[in-house]
Amino acid sequence: MTHALTALTMPKFGLAMTEGKLASWAFSPGDTVKEGDEVADIETSKITSGYESPASGILRKQVAQAGETLPVGALLGVVADADVSDADIEAFIASFKADTAEEGGEEAEAANTEPRLIKAGDHNLNVRDVGKGGSAPLLLIHGFGGDLSNWMLNQDVLARSHRVITFDLPGHGASSKDVGDGSVTALADAVSELLKALNISSAHVMGHSLGGGIALALLRDNPGVVASLTLVAPAGLGREVNAPALKDMVEADRTRDMQKALEALVHDKSLVGRKMADNVLKVRRLDGARDALRTIEASCFGNGQQSFDMRPVLDAARVPVTLFWGEEDEILPVTGAKNVPDSVTKHIMPKIGHMPQLEKTAELNRLVEAFLEKSHVTA
Amino acid sequence: MQISTETLLQSYRAMRTIRVFEERLHREFATGEIPGFVHLYCGEEASAVGVCANLTDQDTIASTHRGHGHCIAKGVDVGGMMAEIYGRKSGVCRGKGGSMHIADLSKGMLGANGIVGGGPPLICGAALSHKVLKDNGVAVAFFGDGASNEGTTLESLNLASVWQLPAVFVVEDNGYGEATGASYACAGNQKDRAAGFGMPYMECDGSDFFAVHDTARDAIDHARSGKGPVMLHVHLQRWYGHFEGDAMSYRAANEVADAKKNHDCLESFRTRVEQEKLLDLNALDEIDASVADEVESAVQAAKQAPWPEEADLMADVYVKI
Amino acid sequence: MSKKSFRQAINEALRQEMRRDPTVVLMGEDVAGGQGGSSGVKDAWGGVLGVTKGLQTEFGESRVLDTPISEASYIGAAAGAAATGLRPVAELMFVDFVGCCLDQIMNQAAKFRYMFGGKARTPLVIRAMYGAGFNAAAQHSQALYPLFTHIPGLKVVVPSSPYEAKGLLIEAIRDDDPVIFLENKVMYDDEEEVPDEAYTIPFGEANLTREGNDVTIVAIGRMVGMANEAADRLAKQGISCTVLDPRTTSPLDEQTILECVEDTGRLVIVDESSPRCNMACDISALVAEQAFGALKAPIRRVVPPHTPVPFSTPLEKLYMPSAEKIEAAVKSIMMQKTPEVA
Repeated sequence: MTHALTALTMPKFGLAMTEGKLASWAFSPGDTVKEGDEVADIETSKITSGYESPASGILRKQVAQAGETLPVGALLGVVADADVSDADIEAFIASFKADTAEEGGEEAEAANTEPRLIKAGDHNLNVRDVGKGGSAPLLLIHGFGGDLSNWMLNQDVLARSHRVITFDLPGHGASSKDVGDGSVTALADAVSELLKALNISSAHVMGHSLGGGIALALLRDNPGVVASLTLVAPAGLGREVNAPALKDMVEADRTRDMQKALEALVHDKSLVGRKMADNVLKVRRLDGARDALRTIEASCFGNGQQSFDMRPVLDAARVPVTLFWGEEDEILPVTGAKNVPDSVTKHIMPKIGHMPQLEKTAELNRLVEAFLEKSHVTA
Repeated sequence: MQISTETLLQSYRAMRTIRVFEERLHREFATGEIPGFVHLYCGEEASAVGVCANLTDQDTIASTHRGHGHCIAKGVDVGGMMAEIYGRKSGVCRGKGGSMHIADLSKGMLGANGIVGGGPPLICGAALSHKVLKDNGVAVAFFGDGASNEGTTLESLNLASVWQLPAVFVVEDNGYGEATGASYACAGNQKDRAAGFGMPYMECDGSDFFAVHDTARDAIDHARSGKGPVMLHVHLQRWYGHFEGDAMSYRAANEVADAKKNHDCLESFRTRVEQEKLLDLNALDEIDASVADEVESAVQAAKQAPWPEEADLMADVYVKI
Repeated sequence: MSKKSFRQAINEALRQEMRRDPTVVLMGEDVAGGQGGSSGVKDAWGGVLGVTKGLQTEFGESRVLDTPISEASYIGAAAGAAATGLRPVAELMFVDFVGCCLDQIMNQAAKFRYMFGGKARTPLVIRAMYGAGFNAAAQHSQALYPLFTHIPGLKVVVPSSPYEAKGLLIEAIRDDDPVIFLENKVMYDDEEEVPDEAYTIPFGEANLTREGNDVTIVAIGRMVGMANEAADRLAKQGISCTVLDPRTTSPLDEQTILECVEDTGRLVIVDESSPRCNMACDISALVAEQAFGALKAPIRRVVPPHTPVPFSTPLEKLYMPSAEKIEAAVKSIMMQKTPEVA
């Protein structure tokens, strides 16, 4: 960036976000910041995440205070070169207006990208379908106890080059709560039904955790559907699983208990705020939600172990596969990454927990984009 | 309709149990060992027993501050009642309720009640439960002439009629609300009150078990058959004061003596079954002996039973905190 | 998920629970309305403010029961029905009418379980409107939750938004204890996103609608919205506030209140009920006893004066707490210096 003056504004993490709280500043006025530095922590109802400075320069002014909740687009601060005068900074702030025209545009866009319920076989699945292009659409499958918002920092970025579909698995989020026997096969069937309902014959599939296991089951049961496979800390490659943590994530019914349970998902525990826990609890408290998760838990992680082995599926895979795993994963240990064939491109991420897509967003997004590009060429 | 031998024996036993239970309490209260207030039902036994002989555990009753008789007539455990009155942990309410709050919902006994007029609204609700759940049950409110003047009672008569509930309102009219005569405190009469709410009125002599039993049967059958509520007015006399320790200075000197001599439901029962050869008097004597033993053991057990402990203080305020 | 009003959220909670559980029955004055009217139209009102509209049409007269204007009998009947197998939701219309049926609530329903040695369950919900701001004057405007909170055996719910109302009402209906559920009549048209599915919110857990470092504002029911507004204004002035909605005044989430006061060191309590022996007093006492050392400034209570609720608009405005009054209270304690410790 070469602008002399750059506005730091409330970012939008996913289109559902309308406001955010400036949790804290990482820099003080007068500090030099580089483009890409996490200049502030922004807390939303889903997660706390770093806001990367769009420009290099000096943080000349903090307009918003830590603790303030502001609409998306609101001015947080100003980054400028040293030679810009204070008067110019003040004039810039005075004249700053969130671009209302653009906001209206975004709202119109948001209306088209709101999740909607889609009938898929016996299920009603909550689906968010955005973006265009790519050799095939990209389908993102979240993990046990999660929902489509697990991809909030990935979907819209990847959607710049692809049609990207996220959805709530049966029993999760706003989807219907019937999960059948709760097996990975039953869940893969539901995914297959969803692809049929969306008229998609071939998709790049990215699965996280249990969603990785489901992606592998999909490849096993419907090999023709899967164009490429991106596995993020996937289930099914080892026996070990932190079953007590999963249980807490299902059963915790108080905010502080849920917050503690969710901390097991990430290496940087400060990412998990009270609001994130409240948000998960809202979903847990829907009628039938906990029972659905208990059924899946019993089927997939009964007796404190992963009950299904997808290594043979991966060994036999004929599509491009890439793997991401956090070295500090407390749910599915990174040792599972040893059990993949050499043909798989592995990204083992240091100081990252079970959710690289939230903890190492930019890098993962970049690597996935590159992988999809390459897969397109090979395909 | 002939009353079965079994029902007669059970009813006699219940009336005798109430009599012995209450007379024993009268003596024990004087020793200072029984805490709190005690209101005795002596003299009114045929009312509770005559009505409840027509009910099953499925049916519900609500009682009054003078509730021991209703409890025994509805089948509440005598030992548990005595322990409750002594404030012991083995009491039916674990020592939390005492004389005025004995209840056993498993027997359809919705509780004695410390609030005059507390029962009739509750009985509207119990009757509604029977109606909505279609279990063929009837709900019976016992209340006194004093409670007949409470707004809650009059509102309940109206509501029961509006909703056509399977409810029976039993006015146990012993002539006194505490120390004030019903002749002073009750305007008009119960019959006209029932008529005012559009419900049938029936009355009977409360010292005559057979009269109460048969009238109550008609009242309860009416309610059970879905024809709506009934008022049953039972004329009674209580043999003791409003509560234990009441010198009864508001009553004529011979009133209680006359009641005991001429209106003793147990004596009139024995005379009738003997005259009509309905029961063998030896069997009744055996019941008397057995009841005396039962009450004696209940008192001894209650006196020796453990007190509630500190942990019980906070227990059972809520089902779930 | 869609936007629903406070009124719709409550109606939906009742409807979903009545569909789920055949023992749930509704009763109250004009909960349907129209019985015995010359038009022959039943379900004519659906509650004086339309909250129960359509329920009698769906569930019939045996489960949605209009009552005579006779609070003692039907609130008592609801208690009796709850103890004998039904799950009644009785509507008291205006909570001020509790004067006509307090015995049935205070001496009967609340005490059955304890008096009967733990052998009774009384799954009763009493819904009632509360609150000033409607020019409804002294007999239709009180915020009587402290009265019920005072009575052991009752649970007391004061929801602050449509989402909260639906989840808390479903929880109340499924709860086995008697619950007083108070709806602020000014909030019926408030809207927010509310899931279409049934869900519950547990009692006794406070909700933090704002999180901050300088002051904890505890606010109840409609006051939560005002406290949020004040907190947002204060944030712009560099004062960051936690806003704590207890959701239920009984049980009360003492732990979260104390934790927040430990974090911020300052406490403002916003309570719409009359100021003597109200929740603000209760919470002040709690904090004074258990978090005295954390306090950097005196506790401030934003409460109405000790008067009946006045009718006339300007007087009612003076009477009510407001975002401005909350803001001023917060500022007044932010100006106080922490005493220097030698």
